[in-house]
Amino acid sequence: MLGRTANGLYWMYRYLERAENISRLIETGQRIALTRLQASDGEWTPMLQTAGSYAGYCAHHDSVTRTEAIDWLLRSADNPSSVLSSIAAARQNARMVRTALTHEVWEAVNSAYLTAKEMLARRPAERDLPGVMNEIRRRAALVRGTTDGTLLRNEIYDFARIGTFLERADNTARILDVKYYVLLPSVRSVGSSIDNVQWETILRSVSARGGFRMEYGNQYDPRDIAHFLILDKRMPRSLAFCLAKIRTNLGYLSSTHGARSESWHLADATDRRFMTHDIDAIFDFGLHEFVEEVIGQIAGLGRQIEIDYRFYE
Amino acid sequence: MEKDTTFDEMWGRDGTLRPPYQDFKTWFDGESPAQLRAKQREAEELFRLTGITFNVYGREAAEERLIPFDIVPRIIAGREWQRLTRGIEQRIRAINAFLHDIYHRQEILKAGRIPAEMIARNEAFLPHMIGVTPPGGIYTHIVGVDLVRTGDDEFFVLEDNARTPSGVSYMLENRETMLQMFPELFVQNRVQRVESYPTDLRRSLAACAPDCAGDKPTVAVLTPGIFNSAYYEHAFLADQMGVELVEGSDLRVVDGRVAMRTTGGYEPIDVLYRRVDDDFLDPLNFNPESRLGVAGIMDVYRAGGITIANAPGTGIADDKAIYSYMPEIVEFYTGERPLLQNVPTWRCSEPDSLAYVLDNLEDLVVKEVHGSGGYGMLIGPTASKKELALFRSKLKARPGNYIAQPTLALSTVPTFTRAGLAPRHVDLRPYVLVAPDGIRIPPGGLTRVALKKGSLVVNSSQGGGTKDTWVLED
Repeated sequence: MLGRTANGLYWMYRYLERAENISRLIETGQRIALTRLQASDGEWTPMLQTAGSYAGYCAHHDSVTRTEAIDWLLRSADNPSSVLSSIAAARQNARMVRTALTHEVWEAVNSAYLTAKEMLARRPAERDLPGVMNEIRRRAALVRGTTDGTLLRNEIYDFARIGTFLERADNTARILDVKYYVLLPSVRSVGSSIDNVQWETILRSVSARGGFRMEYGNQYDPRDIAHFLILDKRMPRSLAFCLAKIRTNLGYLSSTHGARSESWHLADATDRRFMTHDIDAIFDFGLHEFVEEVIGQIAGLGRQIEIDYRFYE
Repeated sequence: MEKDTTFDEMWGRDGTLRPPYQDFKTWFDGESPAQLRAKQREAEELFRLTGITFNVYGREAAEERLIPFDIVPRIIAGREWQRLTRGIEQRIRAINAFLHDIYHRQEILKAGRIPAEMIARNEAFLPHMIGVTPPGGIYTHIVGVDLVRTGDDEFFVLEDNARTPSGVSYMLENRETMLQMFPELFVQNRVQRVESYPTDLRRSLAACAPDCAGDKPTVAVLTPGIFNSAYYEHAFLADQMGVELVEGSDLRVVDGRVAMRTTGGYEPIDVLYRRVDDDFLDPLNFNPESRLGVAGIMDVYRAGGITIANAPGTGIADDKAIYSYMPEIVEFYTGERPLLQNVPTWRCSEPDSLAYVLDNLEDLVVKEVHGSGGYGMLIGPTASKKELALFRSKLKARPGNYIAQPTLALSTVPTFTRAGLAPRHVDLRPYVLVAPDGIRIPPGGLTRVALKKGSLVVNSSQGGGTKDTWVLED
């Protein structure tokens, strides 16, 4: 496979994952905003931070408001990570690697783009927003479904998976990076409603409320939440889960190429060093420091993959 | 153009239903216009989803547009097609012989059949190719021959596209769309298959691999990239052939071979189907600004390390000034009379011709010698006084830059409009594959249709559409 094709597949799936993650953030933010007793726009700053586009937002706006934040995250062309920009970038990459995709996958991503472009040509009315978000999620699911059902299990699939899980790990780590303080014991006042809202925000933004309840019951405990998001290998958006998948797919690539790559060793080392502790050890080390280090590791892993598989000249 | 002199492929000249359209007519009469309109929209949706688009130059960046598709097929009888292909084969054989001659001994110039300055002073003549014989001796692996029809068995060649002819993906996708939308039509009519084109293309390309290639030559398609107007087609062909779609940035010369950067390192390419113009192919040998090509590929090519399809320098054969000599070229190399007619052409570089052209401008079509895509041409009968005056001064300023031809009474084919079937002018571009073991022409080709009533311009860049082209089994 061409190095450029690997690059295109990796980014196509990173951007698709990103589009989904940002949609989830918007839905979470909207949900929290609408169910609070007094309206407040304070929740949107951390949302923008989590999306990695707070600085970009501030460069274009004077203050953070709900409607502007939603528009920025959802459809702004000035925001390269907005849902619409991400879907457009995924589709652009898909065009570039068209020959590596099946007809079904291409059609799914192309129609996701055409639909999103049409729906987001103007700001959706407040009452249309849930429908729009719903449609975007369905379109993304269609791409994922056709990918699972039709894509060849060779290098093509490996790069698709690596892109997906690297982006997902990065997203989960960012959520923890921005919200770590609400999980710290010092802030923990027993079961206050503020805390409950904050904890719920975290779980919602990784679509994990149901999963969490199933595993831990309906009593929120910050330590359980941290464990669930970082170490629980059954949770498909946890850091441990994503890193394990990346390591596995890098392993497949290594056997295709006949030798273990630098990036495999790096993924393996990251997995061993960060994902084999228990949650108490992580809190002792410092939750924030831990998350920051993991974010650095993920970025380094991305760079090493680019080099190992000749993404660029 | 006089209406009554126009040949309609369904109704002939006198309004009698022609045989190839009989079954179609019966079917069409039983369909409701409303349903057909729905089908027309369905077809457009299919094209949009598949992403069969082209980028329009000079417009907003990355704007992708659909070429309008007309659901009424153009139908050609088997025997008509057979006669036509004999003429095409003869012409393509002559073109390859001409190219070999012109880059070697130049016998045709010595024999005085073409003036030497037509070659020497022609920008399309590539000195780098002098003395080079491509692997398999083939220069034009893929040719698109633009034909127009004026009567039952009257076809004229409008131009030969011997560089990088495009549009074959439309031939295939149009058929695919028709099969999906009107399966019953294919049960009633026995339509010859065009679907094997990608397989044939790959086989033809592989058959021309250089000696250094192994048993299974590595073929790749070279594209300028996703912003090129024909990118969809490049990806489509690579996908259908099961080969890599590469860009200049993927390639470099490694150990005397052109190699592509894969995830496992550089791998040599044996045959490169390039959709990049000569000038951009090699920044070392041609345009140094080009970022679309491969530095040094011409040197590898001349050393026999890669096959480039089509060969560099084939433009000399489809140059519009050379076109006018095509009857001589066919006779010179095949020893036969040309089976396919050329449109009579006045070379404005010749004073007598120029005088004639200036006197009869309102009856003629004037084209730029190196132009394409329907740009920079004048259609006398429909031109305004202002346009005529403009072209008069252009012709006087640079006569050598133009040729002129009579306006042909292009045939019409029924096309689906709001008011039902209506005649619209068409042309036809069959695609010709040339391999050492012979010439293959998939039965059909691309029919381009001028959707505007009375218009003669079929180019997609100027409001033309396409149709599925059927060649029936006899």
